[in-house]
Amino acid sequence: MSFLEIKGLSAWLKGIGQPLLRNVSLAVAVGEVRGLVGESGAGKSMIGKAILGILPKAVEITAGQILLDEVDLLALAPKERRRRIGATCALIPQDPLTALNPSRRILGQISDRLVDILGWDRFRAQARAEELLAEVQIPDPQRVLRAYPHELSGGMRQRILIASAFAAEPKLIIADEPTTALDVTVQKQVLKLIAEMQDRHGTALLFVTHDLGVVSKVCQSLSVLYGGLVVEDSAVRPFFAGPKHGYSRALLEATPKYTDPSASLVPVPDGVIKAVQNEIADADRRATDG
Amino acid sequence: MANPASADARSAVRHRAGLRLWLSSGWLILVVLTALLAPWIAPKDPLAQDMFLGRLPPFWMHGAEPGYWLGTDSLGRDVLSRILHGARVALLVAVIAGTLTCLIGATLGLMAGFLRGWVDIVISRFIDIWMAFPPVLFSILLIAVLGPGLSSIIIAIVVIDWTRFARVVRAEAMAQGAMDYVASARVSGRGRLSTMVTEILPNILPTIVVLLTLEMGIAVIVEAILSFVNLSISTDDPTWGGMISEGRTSVHQAWWVLVFPLISLFLTVLAFSQLGEGLKDRFDPVLR
Repeated sequence: MSFLEIKGLSAWLKGIGQPLLRNVSLAVAVGEVRGLVGESGAGKSMIGKAILGILPKAVEITAGQILLDEVDLLALAPKERRRRIGATCALIPQDPLTALNPSRRILGQISDRLVDILGWDRFRAQARAEELLAEVQIPDPQRVLRAYPHELSGGMRQRILIASAFAAEPKLIIADEPTTALDVTVQKQVLKLIAEMQDRHGTALLFVTHDLGVVSKVCQSLSVLYGGLVVEDSAVRPFFAGPKHGYSRALLEATPKYTDPSASLVPVPDGVIKAVQNEIADADRRATDG
Repeated sequence: MANPASADARSAVRHRAGLRLWLSSGWLILVVLTALLAPWIAPKDPLAQDMFLGRLPPFWMHGAEPGYWLGTDSLGRDVLSRILHGARVALLVAVIAGTLTCLIGATLGLMAGFLRGWVDIVISRFIDIWMAFPPVLFSILLIAVLGPGLSSIIIAIVVIDWTRFARVVRAEAMAQGAMDYVASARVSGRGRLSTMVTEILPNILPTIVVLLTLEMGIAVIVEAILSFVNLSISTDDPTWGGMISEGRTSVHQAWWVLVFPLISLFLTVLAFSQLGEGLKDRFDPVLR
């Protein structure tokens, strides 16, 4: 059963009418990890923001449904939508440096989740916050809870954000390029941590990334996005054995190989880009005709 | 994490900020005490005139009279006593006008910057229109309508200067509103007002404190300017601006009538602005 199901979601930039998402459909089953892959500007973060109801004001959803546990979020009143999203979803943001409030201690920021979402009292929430930090392998949780964000390293802050995302036991977590802002050695630890936490809590995960290597390690299925259009939707194993879409194939070939460090980087060929852009033009034509 | 070099740099900053904080708050405490205790510590009656003792020089100069430490003005009133009493008006205006301006301006700025949309459009256009009035003319006009007096001065300052807060706070709130931590709070179901107060406000509080102390300094100056053009409280009551204005006419014969209130004014305004900077360095968690 799908916990999240997006059906025919389209969005555009208000005012100039530039399409950002084109008839996007994808589903995430309970406990599934799905990768959402695409280059910069493909609209992958936009999908995450649309689900969480934090789209910028300039972006308008023009068509489609976002079903969360079989309820269409877009059909709900704003207040009820907020409540539902808060109770079942959480975000692991991209940049750990701006994702924690600089003027508040860590303790308050984690326990806020438990108070806001689960309605716990402060005292109970604070005890749980300490357990959560221990769960994400932060040494000396008591000290960290009393710290301000700027006193902690980027990797540490990302661990805290992971702990706080899992805090209220959400059904779905949207990880928006959670390792992009970290250096490579920390990236690996953080990925492993997310995978472990996901496994232990059985949370569904929508993993937004541009790194196919990460997808092959963490995800069970993936959607490939180009220009706001889902060009391929597949389970991970068949995808890496042989992608069906020309763009996915080119993207996979563009991933640097560890086996031959001297090989130069392969860009996505112009022909492939042309082809996928024609596809987008077709989709837009169909949309305006229909 | 903390390395020795940055720890050194931080403690140097802290030391400097500490000195600034101590000097400025020391002076302001002195002014506050003076204002509170003026009737008891002033050596003479600030209003008492004595034609025989006009334009007496300060104590170290030839011809000084004992008891008149900073000399007298052309009506024979004691300069020191008038400065001590003048601190009352200066401080009242600074605190009341500064706080009111801050409350109104910061609230509107915060709402415009965080809520955006039509709230922002209305408030921002209002600020633009407001700022197009020339402030000095505007205040003179206001006082002409309201009539002179302490409350008129305070109203004039608030009415003119709230835009200063509103614009700065709006920009800060906008910058903070774009941060991921605000998105996270929204995702976990926080309402907009609650997010504004618990997430945004603490982050712009250091800025607000700096603005508030600056505004207090400005309020003192504005009061002095209005006294200078005879639009402040009644001309008999001692105010620093009024004294400067009176001293100007006799500056060649009795410079002390002009200079001592000017020094008090200068030091007080400086102390307010330095207090703000010092507090910011001390209480901003990122700088701390």
